[in-house]
Amino acid sequence: MALFKLSINNRAYDADVERDTPLLWVLRDNLGLVGTKYGCGIAQCGACTVHLDGKAVRSCVLPVSAVGKAKVTTIEGLSEKGDHPVQKAWDEVDVAQCGYCQAGQIMTAAALLKEKPKPTDEEIVSTMSGNICRCGTYHRIREAVKVAASKTN
Amino acid sequence: MQTLEQTSRRNFMKIAAAASGGLFLGFNWTNSSALPVVVDAKSIAAGSINFNSYLSIGTDNIITIVSPNPEIGQGIKTAFPMVVAEELDADWKQVKTVQGNLDTGIFERQVTGGSGAVPHSWERLRKAGATARHLLVEAAAAKWNVPATELTTENGKVLHKTSGKSASYGELAEAASKLTAPTEVKLKEEKDFKLIGQSVRNVDNHNIATGKPLFGLDFYKEGMLFALIQRPKAFGLKLKSVDSAAAKAMPGIVDVVTFENSVAVVGKSTWQVKKAKDALKIEYEKAAELESTADHNRIFTQLMDNGEATVRRKDGDVDAAFKGAAKVIKAEYQCPFLPHSPLEPMNFFAHVREDGVELVGPTQTPERARTEVAKLTGIAPEIITVEITRQGGGFGRRLSADFVIEAAHVSKLVKAPVKVVWTREDDMTGGTYRPAVRYRFEAALDKNGTMIGYKLRGVGMNSGNSTREDNFPSGSVDNLLIDSVEHKSPITTGPWRAPITNFLAYAEQSFLDEVAEAAGKDPVAFRLELLEKAKKSPVNAIKYDVDRMIAVIKLAAEKSNWGKKKGVFQGFSVYFSHRSYVAQVGEIVMQKGKPVLKNVIAAVDCGIVINQSGSLQQVRGGVVDGLGHAMYGNMTFKDGAPDQSNFNGFRLIRMNEIPEVDVHFVNNGISPTGLGEPALPPAGGAMANAFYKATKQRLRNQPFVNEEVFKGIS
Ligand code: FES
Ligand code: FES
Repeated sequence: MALFKLSINNRAYDADVERDTPLLWVLRDNLGLVGTKYGCGIAQCGACTVHLDGKAVRSCVLPVSAVGKAKVTTIEGLSEKGDHPVQKAWDEVDVAQCGYCQAGQIMTAAALLKEKPKPTDEEIVSTMSGNICRCGTYHRIREAVKVAASKTN
Repeated sequence: MQTLEQTSRRNFMKIAAAASGGLFLGFNWTNSSALPVVVDAKSIAAGSINFNSYLSIGTDNIITIVSPNPEIGQGIKTAFPMVVAEELDADWKQVKTVQGNLDTGIFERQVTGGSGAVPHSWERLRKAGATARHLLVEAAAAKWNVPATELTTENGKVLHKTSGKSASYGELAEAASKLTAPTEVKLKEEKDFKLIGQSVRNVDNHNIATGKPLFGLDFYKEGMLFALIQRPKAFGLKLKSVDSAAAKAMPGIVDVVTFENSVAVVGKSTWQVKKAKDALKIEYEKAAELESTADHNRIFTQLMDNGEATVRRKDGDVDAAFKGAAKVIKAEYQCPFLPHSPLEPMNFFAHVREDGVELVGPTQTPERARTEVAKLTGIAPEIITVEITRQGGGFGRRLSADFVIEAAHVSKLVKAPVKVVWTREDDMTGGTYRPAVRYRFEAALDKNGTMIGYKLRGVGMNSGNSTREDNFPSGSVDNLLIDSVEHKSPITTGPWRAPITNFLAYAEQSFLDEVAEAAGKDPVAFRLELLEKAKKSPVNAIKYDVDRMIAVIKLAAEKSNWGKKKGVFQGFSVYFSHRSYVAQVGEIVMQKGKPVLKNVIAAVDCGIVINQSGSLQQVRGGVVDGLGHAMYGNMTFKDGAPDQSNFNGFRLIRMNEIPEVDVHFVNNGISPTGLGEPALPPAGGAMANAFYKATKQRLRNQPFVNEEVFKGIS
């Protein structure tokens, strides 16, 4: 066990865990931040997507020891009031079915728009194709990313 | 510990407290003729309540309804309150939905499955809303001393147009609670619906988009331990010996316990437990045949010709029809086992104590879970509570109770509150799959191209009856024989979204295309011809509505401009399942010499559409699911062990692989029927038939990507 000092959602957290513990499980089991989801554990589905210094990463394969000083943002910290343009677009377009994949979808979309505020349709599809939605809400995910893009300056 | 009565009261009191007084209605799910009643606080406190669900209108203007059915993504938590709010003329913004916990004393049919919730509850929900509205109007009439007939309701208010007076429901709730519920209420005419038929957003959208702990896997309770279970790695193995010394010595591990063929590692966090589970040394021995996919193929062939078949339906004289046929068409179709792969893997919390059991988690069948846990623990069901969480998909997997029983087992053995978590690998290799099935279809045509004989034999692995003998084309063919053979396999199976029809529909619709072609007829005209026959001279019992089926076929043909598009290869498919009718046209275009499915046009008759937005999602999602699994879904076995264990080996459809899905609802005013499943079955057929038009190759086995013709295409 080792003590890790983490900066998550602009807050300092301590986690006393083994070095190889994936960030996902530190968030969920040790810090009570359960918005980040477990879907596969092998970087295939994107349910566990968080931001590391603003970039989308898969927390299920990121050992906590590799986080270092990087700033972690989870779905709980994407915005203070849940009003990030992507979150708002997700409601407006009514994307969710079961909702389980959506935190990861939203984090992936938010990182994309941060890097490319006006992505092309192809860029949206190729980025979002890394995330699985078992309920098949892909049409609306695509639409919501466009809506969010149209509202971001 | 809460008793059952206490639980129901707790539920109700939560609402009562939140609403701080007002009108409370109890209404009955069991019996559609039973009337909603006004409930007073005293009888609640005395525990003498006898109703099935609650609707409350608080003095603060908040309207709360309890939605008893588990929410797995089908949108019930939004659709149910919409129906109540419609009859109530409530302001939707003031309506809150509460997920009801298991309560057999209060809710009936608290199950999600079979697309059955909406048809079951439609009338009851409407009566509850209408009764509350009636009481509020009566209260206003008394208050203003005017006849109730002069009053109207709108947006959560009672209005008196002549005097200009108005009062909110909240203001009238207290007075309304002193009245007696009417014995008869008038329900709205469909044309007067304001909310039903609109697009209403999912009531949990905000919580989902902000990562609130909604799901079973998110549940945490002080002192709770985590457990992972090592189950036999192959179907047909049983436990011989366990060496858990190394696992027990690992950090965070509290205990390792063994029951039946399972070894549970219990500890302080998921990751620690996962590592310790990997350190278990377990020996297994053979308890049954260790079947491989090659064995299944051999068994299919053997049983298809020589199996002892159970006759499911027999009309006329098939032998004579086939003997006298001008043409006979015969084809076989096959599908593999499939895991359900809900994105939230199985998990459940259990705390077994001497004075009761607490169960929390995602289940489609809370009552079954409780019954099974009562059996296991010997604890009376009355002191077993089940709290239902939101569920990250179900697709039928959460109809089983195995994962709940396991959690109770572990908690009982370690005497602590435990959440059993399944890794994706555990979930995918853990069984209860969609059964693998092979079908053989045979059709006899006379010299005019009329189908005079039809035979279907289904051979399935633990599939029960792998046919749906009364579905189309039954009733439209004079001589018909449908039978099935089952092979008992150690590989466990269970219902998978649109059980049996998820594959049968594609096989049948593809075969009917083959028959239409042999008859020299257009696929749509051929189906309509059969249905006309079923209408004019039905052959024995018909369990589907011929006119509704014709209507969706015509609508899909019209909306897709059937047969008239240049450069587009269209495939037709239509199916009746779970009380709803869905026709689909798949459209393939050639891109760089490859056939690409660009569009699916769906015509859907599920009666009145309650929520446009949610319904559209169900249809699109159903099409995507149906196509995805038809294209890619494949689970194979070697010596009883699944070859695929995660999404790297088992391929799910992704955004870059979906067609556009254009949905058209038939508007016929008929009471709503299910929509969680019916859009899925026709999808594979629409794709396969379009593919044939484009390539002249039939896709007869799923997954399509493994078909020879598909090599190099996808
Ligand atoms: S859980 Fe990390 S990608 Fe699936
Ligand atoms: S909404 Fe269910 S997995 Fe995406």
